[in-house]
Amino acid sequence: MHKLLTDSPGMETLLLGNEAIVRGALEAGISFATCYPGTPSSEISDQFFQISKETELYFEYSTNEKVALEVGAGAAVCGLRTMVIMKHVGLNVAADPLMTLAYVGIKGGMVIINADDPSLFSSQNEQDNRYYARLSGLPMLEPTNTQEMKDMTVAAFDLSEDLKLPVIFRTTTRLNHIRGAVRFGKLKPSQKKGTFQKDPFHFVTVPAVSRNLHKLLLEKYDLSLAMSEKSPLNRIIGKGSWGIVTNGVSFNYVNDAVSDLGIFERVSILCLGFSWPMPADLITRFLKQMEKVLVVEELEPIIENELKAIAQESGITIPVKGKGTGGLSRLFEYDPGMVRNAIIEYFGCDYKGHKIPDLSGIPELPARPPGLCPGCPHRATYYAVKEVYGPDAIHPTDIGCYTLGLLPPVSMADFVICMGSSVSSSCGFSQASDQKVVSFIGDSTFFHSGITGLINAVHNNHKFTLVILDNGTTAMTGHQPHPGVDTSHMGVDLTRISIEDVVRGCGVKDVHVARPFKIKKTIETVKATMEYDGLSVIISKEMCPLFAKNAGHFKKPRPFYVNHEKCKNHRDCINKLACPAMFLEENMVEIDRNLCIGCSVCAQICPENAILPLKK
Amino acid sequence: MKSWRLVFTGVGGQGNLLASRLLGEAALSAGIPAVVSEIHGMAQRGGIVESAVLLGGVTSPVVSNGEADVLIGFEPVETLRALNKCNINTLVITNTCPLPPFTAAIGQGVYPPLNDMLRFVKKKVKKVIALDGNALADKAGNPLSLNIVMLGALIGSKALTISAEDVKKTISTSTKQTFLESNLKAFDLGFRDSQKNGNQIDKVSLHVLEAGNIPGKN
Repeated sequence: MHKLLTDSPGMETLLLGNEAIVRGALEAGISFATCYPGTPSSEISDQFFQISKETELYFEYSTNEKVALEVGAGAAVCGLRTMVIMKHVGLNVAADPLMTLAYVGIKGGMVIINADDPSLFSSQNEQDNRYYARLSGLPMLEPTNTQEMKDMTVAAFDLSEDLKLPVIFRTTTRLNHIRGAVRFGKLKPSQKKGTFQKDPFHFVTVPAVSRNLHKLLLEKYDLSLAMSEKSPLNRIIGKGSWGIVTNGVSFNYVNDAVSDLGIFERVSILCLGFSWPMPADLITRFLKQMEKVLVVEELEPIIENELKAIAQESGITIPVKGKGTGGLSRLFEYDPGMVRNAIIEYFGCDYKGHKIPDLSGIPELPARPPGLCPGCPHRATYYAVKEVYGPDAIHPTDIGCYTLGLLPPVSMADFVICMGSSVSSSCGFSQASDQKVVSFIGDSTFFHSGITGLINAVHNNHKFTLVILDNGTTAMTGHQPHPGVDTSHMGVDLTRISIEDVVRGCGVKDVHVARPFKIKKTIETVKATMEYDGLSVIISKEMCPLFAKNAGHFKKPRPFYVNHEKCKNHRDCINKLACPAMFLEENMVEIDRNLCIGCSVCAQICPENAILPLKK
Repeated sequence: MKSWRLVFTGVGGQGNLLASRLLGEAALSAGIPAVVSEIHGMAQRGGIVESAVLLGGVTSPVVSNGEADVLIGFEPVETLRALNKCNINTLVITNTCPLPPFTAAIGQGVYPPLNDMLRFVKKKVKKVIALDGNALADKAGNPLSLNIVMLGALIGSKALTISAEDVKKTISTSTKQTFLESNLKAFDLGFRDSQKNGNQIDKVSLHVLEAGNIPGKN
């Protein structure tokens, strides 16, 4: 049985933040969950995927976040408790349905998990999605630790049903990826089926209907504001006159700082867990009792600016500060020392910190960037394309492991802004310049948002080559399936969609399927696209070796070695492929037999045939 | 209650996330509040993996520069890279077996001599425990048990009030049964080696340092 299905209320166990959310959903009787995987939210959906095989819960990896939200909307409108999970930039993709789903509302509780990523641990930007609550008019909850991640998830479902509105549950990377103690509550059985009651003059958002719905949304805002004012999720700790207002993970930094500084008697902390609508009356009462207030929130000065507006309305003139105090910035995540320094600077307190050693003179350390794994097929594809197109072609790329092709010596990533941008931006690059364009997109990303761009390229007669790197999984986020994957070994029976059929169906005439570990043939294929005057697509097909290993599809690897009698030290292998299984010893290339998976690409490109398989 | 801030650092694949999780679980079962902080995503792509364990009521899931009570480095260069987490009273426990990054192999950087690195660490903090964790893992019968060796060394250092029994119990319930025997052996080897070294806190014994297996030595 899945550990999150343990029916023992009161049991305390160490859970990942993402697991705590799943447990909360199970305690709320969740029936339906959808997602598109994205770090740092991926473990939530992976747990649901496993749990759905053991329970009545319906779960799916949807094609993208917009689809996930729309699928979820159908379920929630039928009355099922539904969760939709995505990372912060995923909510941009889902923003279109979000804005109008807020108008029509839902029947069964709907919680949208939105995982922000301050410091951009694994994202293309660090946008602050608290703005989405304001933009859409939907309530937002923000937990501060693992226990709250579970408890607030339960509260979010109740709140959603009370208001008949989706609730946005905002986390940040540090919360998704902490492990902390969680005390289990009681599991609630899920409802297998709901029913849809027709009400076209509510659910069909033609202008005449939506004019009424907007009014309804504003009425619900008033209701949710009243709930936020009274909610125990907005709490005040302490009785001092130094006010600190905070949210999410920053609450921990404030708490630890106050403890380190021994100023519990002096401060009052207002922690906003039900952070939108902002409880203006509660905040006014709080401000009135303070000498001065510091706002500790990561990213944008949202609470800070709203606090100032609330103070202005009530004629409160105490100082309110946040950004710019003691290193509190709009950039990146906070840390406890930074928050403590801000408190020291703003309120003026004493602190004897640790004595820090002088680290000048530290030996220069070689960098350790993440890279493509040993035997990664992307490396072989990149090699073949570079051999044919040289270093000057433009390479729009996309979001996935292959973005690591950015790093030298591969250096084959020139432009990426979001999922799917490789294909559509190639239309622009090829039209606007006379340079050759060869773009790269992964298989999962292609299904997510590459297809509309491809249809655009066909329809508008754009001329470039698109390489679809088909490694049979969504690799970067932890090997989730996608529509092109054979899921039979995962214990589910889903319909597989052929990328080649999709590409041909979009109207592409010059379509090739390459096996990148066959280097010579792959180079021939790439050459054919260079000679073709039009749009070409190469589907470069080879399974992700990490995935193959985890899924048990892996043949026992037969590693290679360098024969030093033949090797003339050209170093094409190490310089062009940059495989991490290679290293230099006494100035000669060696292959680490524990890392080599025997893809044989280096052996195929060695001009001296000096790289050979180890004898069994 | 006394509190501790621990930082684990290493390279993707060395199992440092499992070590920090096991420590968190053992602490919780010993009645010590625990928060473990990890960053996922790039872990299997050969990059740096850092995690933090906060014990005894500290709840901030990040350790600021200069504020680690213990730094556990699974790879010597990574120990050095994380030295900004230390203050002069920090206990540093480091593996001495180098895992040179690929950049060193293609000439984009040089892997510094091991002894220079260890001497530097020793000059900066009060107490250093250096052990060849990979050799001990091999001795335990499973090269992948480096993380358990390092966990053993941490508990053997007596820096925490968590007993070897608590951690071994957690290892028994939370790791794969196939590796149980080698893991328990790895724990004991790390535990004992750490105590041996721990007796020489003023000078890291060079025979330990030089016994390190150094691929790509320069």
